[in-house]
Amino acid sequence: MATLAINPSIKDIWSWLEDVPDPEIPVVSVVELGIVRDVARNESSIIVTITPTYSGCPATTVIAIDIEQAIRRHGVEDVRIETKLSPAWTTDWITPGACEKLKAYGIAPPEKGAACAGALRAGTTIHCPRCDSGNTECISQFGSTPCKAHYRCKDCLEPFDYFKSF
Amino acid sequence: MTGNPIYEFALRMGDNCLILGQNVSAWCGHAPVLEEDIALANVALDLIGQTRMWLGFAGEVEGKGRNADDLAFLRDARAFRNCLLVEQPNGDFGQTLMRQFLFDAWHHPMLKALAGSANVRVAEVAEKSVKEAAYHLDRSTGLVIRLGDGSDESHNRMQAALDGLWRYTGELYATDAIDEAVIGRGFSAIEEQYKNYTSKIFDEATLTIPEATFMHKGGKSGLHSEALGAMLADMQILQRSHPGAQW
Repeated sequence: MATLAINPSIKDIWSWLEDVPDPEIPVVSVVELGIVRDVARNESSIIVTITPTYSGCPATTVIAIDIEQAIRRHGVEDVRIETKLSPAWTTDWITPGACEKLKAYGIAPPEKGAACAGALRAGTTIHCPRCDSGNTECISQFGSTPCKAHYRCKDCLEPFDYFKSF
Repeated sequence: MTGNPIYEFALRMGDNCLILGQNVSAWCGHAPVLEEDIALANVALDLIGQTRMWLGFAGEVEGKGRNADDLAFLRDARAFRNCLLVEQPNGDFGQTLMRQFLFDAWHHPMLKALAGSANVRVAEVAEKSVKEAAYHLDRSTGLVIRLGDGSDESHNRMQAALDGLWRYTGELYATDAIDEAVIGRGFSAIEEQYKNYTSKIFDEATLTIPEATFMHKGGKSGLHSEALGAMLADMQILQRSHPGAQW
């Protein structure tokens, strides 16, 4: 059995993954989004466990490839990506730092604790990422990617994406 | 009943998502407004993602080496286990939306209940899907109310859609030995929730549930309406004409 050419610690591998951007929202990493659930290694290979955000999101496949390539770039050949469905991904796992980056990028970050567990038609106030006004309205629950809803600010009149609680 | 009830049950759940997802995806680029075009495509995408989980699981349970693609593209209509509701044609936007609402109002409580299933894989797929289904139901509920209680034109179209589709809803919550093998007997609650929720929303939407109580059945055991064959021919032609084609 081939052994790893280099000898990275689990912490090293996590730090490599912190440089892997989300393919749709490149200002945040797949680690910050809570997509990487576990990193493990044995004598010969590295195993990364990821969880899909939305079940049909095309980015999931790209993320798996990006992670594999990032690790290979550090000289590790044998990388295995495993998918774990439960516990289901939630926007509550997105780090506070990533929420700040989303906002600076023009995407309203998910309201914490409002993750959708079947609470329908809940009237959460979403704040405009540009002017911080809470005077906003939902145009559509569905936006440019599965994870986003489409909003409009009624004060600064800008349309914006909301990373919806999930 | 043929084979393993878990296999049959996973096919039912997966085929519902596949057939509805495929039908809804045909709206991409044709919806009446841009926001709806995006919403329809997103809902279809979620449903196809859920299809992959259910049919992938079904293939593993079957143990004959068939994956989700094999099950989706290489089965004939008689082998599909989706309910009759989801195979009804898109029709106008009102009919597509009503079909979606009548499905979502069942799908969401069904998945919520399945998330507590004793079968770990069923519970995992349901736990993942229920969050998506909540957004689907939220959207279709809001639109049914707005269009039902909207202009004369939109009201009449929504009422016509309800008149045409209500007869396919009984099959959603009519359980048989396969359902019971997976979900036990606690599922009369789904029927009650379904009827309560839909009648509350139709009241708000000023729509009237048809008086006739006859309900069509058959899809869950492979007896389909003619719409399914035509739709499968369209969906499967590439894999059938060029077996094993990849791109």
